Amino acid sequence: MLTSENFRGQVPAWCPGCGNFPILKAFKDALVDLDIGPHQFTIVSGIGQAGKFPHYLRCNTFNGLHGRTLPVATGHRLANHEHLVIAVAGDGDCYGEGGNHLIHAMRRNINVKLFVHNNQVYGLTKGQASPTTSEGTRTKNVPYGVPSEQLNPMALAVALDCSFVARGFAADTEHLKNLIKAAVSHKGFSLVDILQPCVTFNTVNTYEWYRQRVYHLDPDHNPMDRTAAFARALEWGPKIPLGVIYRNNRATMEERVPMIAEKVLVRQDAQIGKIADTLKEFY
Amino acid sequence: MDYSVKIGGEAGQGIQTIGDTLSRVFSRAGLHVFTNQDYESRIRGGHNFYQIRLSDRPIGALRDAIDIIVALDRESITRHAKELADSGRLMYDSESLKEKHDGPAFLDIPFTSLAIRHGGEKIMANTVATGAVLGMLGMDIDILLSIIKETFEKKGDAIVTANRSAALAGHDSAVKGCTGCSFAVSREETSPKPKMLVAGVDAIGLGALSAGVKFYAAYPMTPSTGIMNYIAGKEQEYGVVVEQAEDEIAAINMALGASFAGARAMTGTSGGGFALMVEGLSLAGMTETPVVIALGQRPGPATGFPTRTEQGELQFALSAGHGEFPRVIFAPGTPKQALYLTNKAFDLAEKYQIPALILFDQYLADSQWTYEGFDTGSLKYTDYRLRGEAFRKIENYKRHAFTDTGVTPLGVPGDAKHLVVTDSDEHDEEGHIVEDAAMRIRMVEKRLFKKLPLIRNEIAAPFLYGDHDPDVVIVGWGSTFGVMQEAVDVLAKDYAVSMLHFSELFPFPLTDRFDYLSLLRNARMTICIEQNAASQFARLMRAETGHEFSGHITKYDGRPFSVEGLTGELHAHLRKL
Repeated sequence: MLTSENFRGQVPAWCPGCGNFPILKAFKDALVDLDIGPHQFTIVSGIGQAGKFPHYLRCNTFNGLHGRTLPVATGHRLANHEHLVIAVAGDGDCYGEGGNHLIHAMRRNINVKLFVHNNQVYGLTKGQASPTTSEGTRTKNVPYGVPSEQLNPMALAVALDCSFVARGFAADTEHLKNLIKAAVSHKGFSLVDILQPCVTFNTVNTYEWYRQRVYHLDPDHNPMDRTAAFARALEWGPKIPLGVIYRNNRATMEERVPMIAEKVLVRQDAQIGKIADTLKEFY
Repeated sequence: MDYSVKIGGEAGQGIQTIGDTLSRVFSRAGLHVFTNQDYESRIRGGHNFYQIRLSDRPIGALRDAIDIIVALDRESITRHAKELADSGRLMYDSESLKEKHDGPAFLDIPFTSLAIRHGGEKIMANTVATGAVLGMLGMDIDILLSIIKETFEKKGDAIVTANRSAALAGHDSAVKGCTGCSFAVSREETSPKPKMLVAGVDAIGLGALSAGVKFYAAYPMTPSTGIMNYIAGKEQEYGVVVEQAEDEIAAINMALGASFAGARAMTGTSGGGFALMVEGLSLAGMTETPVVIALGQRPGPATGFPTRTEQGELQFALSAGHGEFPRVIFAPGTPKQALYLTNKAFDLAEKYQIPALILFDQYLADSQWTYEGFDTGSLKYTDYRLRGEAFRKIENYKRHAFTDTGVTPLGVPGDAKHLVVTDSDEHDEEGHIVEDAAMRIRMVEKRLFKKLPLIRNEIAAPFLYGDHDPDVVIVGWGSTFGVMQEAVDVLAKDYAVSMLHFSELFPFPLTDRFDYLSLLRNARMTICIEQNAASQFARLMRAETGHEFSGHITKYDGRPFSVEGLTGELHAHLRKL
């Protein structure tokens, strides 16, 4: 019987009150509920406060480069598609540095679960604007305000027919736990954007700011209806929807690669003995 | 017997079909063959050529003097007619080119009208030309006829018959028209034992398959794309997943993800793509994740000459990646070396958990060589990973635990209760982030100092060819192997000369097994030959051994050395002897 104690990792180096703490709790609770043990999955993470996440959780870990979580996770899944691969990234990490990979991971529909800790700011490098920082926000390096429109990851994902698109809120831990469980149980690439207050560098998007705006999607919302989903995905302002915005049943990449249809790639023997026959093709 | 055939024309005219078919006929006839292609970065038009050399003795380079030119366009005539050897012939179709050339060197064969008359279709003009070359050389057509059958069998008997008629028509026409020709490939020179015909890129692909590659991710880029194509053609048979990544950054990171998961992984690219991979290379170094990278050089900087050749990325390969970590760099000189060194690159990458680079170039990638066969017994495959039961049986596991060799067994995540943890940050034995100075020192020692001497000990000595007590040593690396060897053969009549060829470049070979440094010191002249502008290998040699070459031959026009070209440049140096 698993408990959250099984997932007690290193002592977190996050700021007190960081929105990452409730995300960590929701994650552990979801894994306990799903009965997935520490060795049964791998977290691939990048750089940023979110990148440290797997060290605090006890699990197989590949904490790689900034922005490159999804390619590593993709390679990992193709090599072993019976192993759960989770990608954890920040908004700068995934929507900025790794934006190209996000687009193509959604296209491929690789069965990786991506959780983006979206605090709308760069924490580790101390307060610069991220792709999701709202337009006009002033930072040290943009004293006249961010000139670009903020990225809407939910609308982007629905537009690209991402297999599972959801938004959670760090402080709504029970709801977030259920979203994590739904994403892990879904077959296909899953993006869960998690609104995560940064208590040190984001003085705009605070716990209170989010609490005043977030609401749970109506049970009548049909996430299989792409047009309805797009309308919800565009919602950002006085009201911000939480929950599963969109999902579909597209075939995963793993299902479309014939070489791994019968057997997981890492368990396939090297076909060294065939070389002599292959050489004959050169005569 | 030593003939060179050049087929010239626009991209899309079928130069490659004629060239590939003729090369196959010659290799099946048991001849020694060397081929290379010269093409522009375009899909149609321009001027391209395919050069084939055939001989009754081993060869490995191009010659300038051409015996037979097949001109499919006017430019082939204006550009290449001057390259004809004294008794050379240029074959063309005056009807198609709408120009007539007089003189004994020109042979007018109506490829197109013969194709229509005997094959029924214009497209068979290439088959006519192929048959005609064999006719000029006085060779039988039976091998070509069987190749036609193999090629067109799927399209039905009618197509086979039509192409055979076209080939015969070309052959007959050339036999009749080439009465004054002195070419003769006699029956004695051909042998009943066919030879293999292997290109550099295919050999790298074969090397990867022989080493049990399971995952190949890449973004297409000349001259490395052929490796991806070759392995992709073997995906099902060998159980390999080939993924075309969205960019080279993704390619190397995918390879690292697959490798971490327990699959032997590889990527391939050229200089520009490798520039994008560099951060991932460093990640492989830090996380001690095995990966093989095929780096196909072409002339830079930036896009440079996309379809041409250069050895300009040696210093880049040596120093790429931020931080200090061990790596292996191999630079095969022939397809045969490409096979064995790719196999060895995988073995060393897995054994020491390091990145291993195969440094090749467009010239080697596209060159085809003939061989009697390869010894598969010396291909190595040892699985160094901790898998399944073996992993489960271990009591404690730390991914980066300190060991005498610096190598910690790499467990397959999910195979046991043990956690496999690694980090691009400096980490402790378990793989968790640390800031601790003492741990940092021990980890650097583990990754770098403990492994390096062991890796260096695996590196083979350079290859010596020619005189064992030479006055003159010509030194090179990578794809210049064949042309240097032939230059030694030419010069050996007048000088005590030898070639020292480096294919295992880094870590730089020790002198304990072969004291090549004494050989260089005792020679009166040592000349370093490189296909780059800045003598990059000479710099490496100086840094590693202190040896200064007495002369340098560099070439940076994007075209390979020819036997005559290199010998001529060497003569200029040797006059100073």
